[in-house]
Amino acid sequence: MAQTSVSVEGQHHPIKLYFVVWGLLFVLSTFSYLVDYFGFQGYLRWFLILLFMILKAGLIVAVFMHMAWERLALRYAILVPPVLVLVFVAIMVFESTYTHFTRVVFFGAGS
Amino acid sequence: MAELTKAGGLITRPLGWLGIVADWSSDQRAFKNASWGKVMMWIFLLSDTFIFSCFLLSYMTVRMSTTVPWPNPSEVFALTIGGTKVPLILIAIMTFILISSSGTMAMAVNFGYSRDRGKTAALMLATAAFGVTFVGMQAFEWTKLIREGVRPWGNPWGAPQFGSSFFMITGFHGTHVTIGVIFLIIFARMVWRGDFDREKLGFFTSRKGNYEIVEIMGLYWHFVDLVWVFIFALFYLW
Repeated sequence: MAQTSVSVEGQHHPIKLYFVVWGLLFVLSTFSYLVDYFGFQGYLRWFLILLFMILKAGLIVAVFMHMAWERLALRYAILVPPVLVLVFVAIMVFESTYTHFTRVVFFGAGS
Repeated sequence: MAELTKAGGLITRPLGWLGIVADWSSDQRAFKNASWGKVMMWIFLLSDTFIFSCFLLSYMTVRMSTTVPWPNPSEVFALTIGGTKVPLILIAIMTFILISSSGTMAMAVNFGYSRDRGKTAALMLATAAFGVTFVGMQAFEWTKLIREGVRPWGNPWGAPQFGSSFFMITGFHGTHVTIGVIFLIIFARMVWRGDFDREKLGFFTSRKGNYEIVEIMGLYWHFVDLVWVFIFALFYLW
């Protein structure tokens, strides 16, 4: 993204940008609420929920938190570690399917 | 990329991967043109990210491993308005309130850097007001659910883990919002008094403050909004 400010420290950007992002966040939130309102189910629901979530998170971090204008060294230092949480997610998905399996096998469904 | 230094000279720093290597291998500081205050806030937020990740992960684990059906959040959080049952409406309103507060906070940061202390303080107080409204609605929601019999160890609709996940995740988030409101009011007062125009020494840090504190405060507030985006998607909508 283009450098809109040339100061050493501090971020100053046109106020219109914030209004645009604000509007987009409203629209995206409405969309994610409508996913529930219209009662989409299954993979479509999960896909839409995650899509709107990622878009909203991206807008907040990039523009509101000014990450788009920070240097790459800071961006990667902050944004890469949370991505590694996905490894943890994979481990726990593996673990909980196994727990679910043993519960069904040894206790029967419903306990 | 040419940038102005504090002394007024122009320096060029490499971009891309070369920039990362150059910044990290340079003397004194790895994070160029980000003040220590801002970097410290980012690192704190990173650690907070891991805390909320652990909460959401444990919620995922209990929800995936239970053999009892999970209560349907769409029905649990529905409100009856004018005779019709609207699904998840309270949570939707809370989401819009928090997004609005993020918008006013971003404006406050902007006016802070234009050294417009009246508007900055007013917008920070508006943000705090949105935050209080949010926490109020959360208190209403908790009261409603507790009256309906939701406890950390059980609830009338299904898997008992629903209650513990709900209270833990929303409670921790609500605490963050409350702390944010307190600090917003403190810093709004300092902005309004003109502490950052007169470069008054802080009573706690004994350093000269400047308007960057508004941006750092903003980082925390936007983070609270960010966490809510994830809670809304993963807990309420899933």
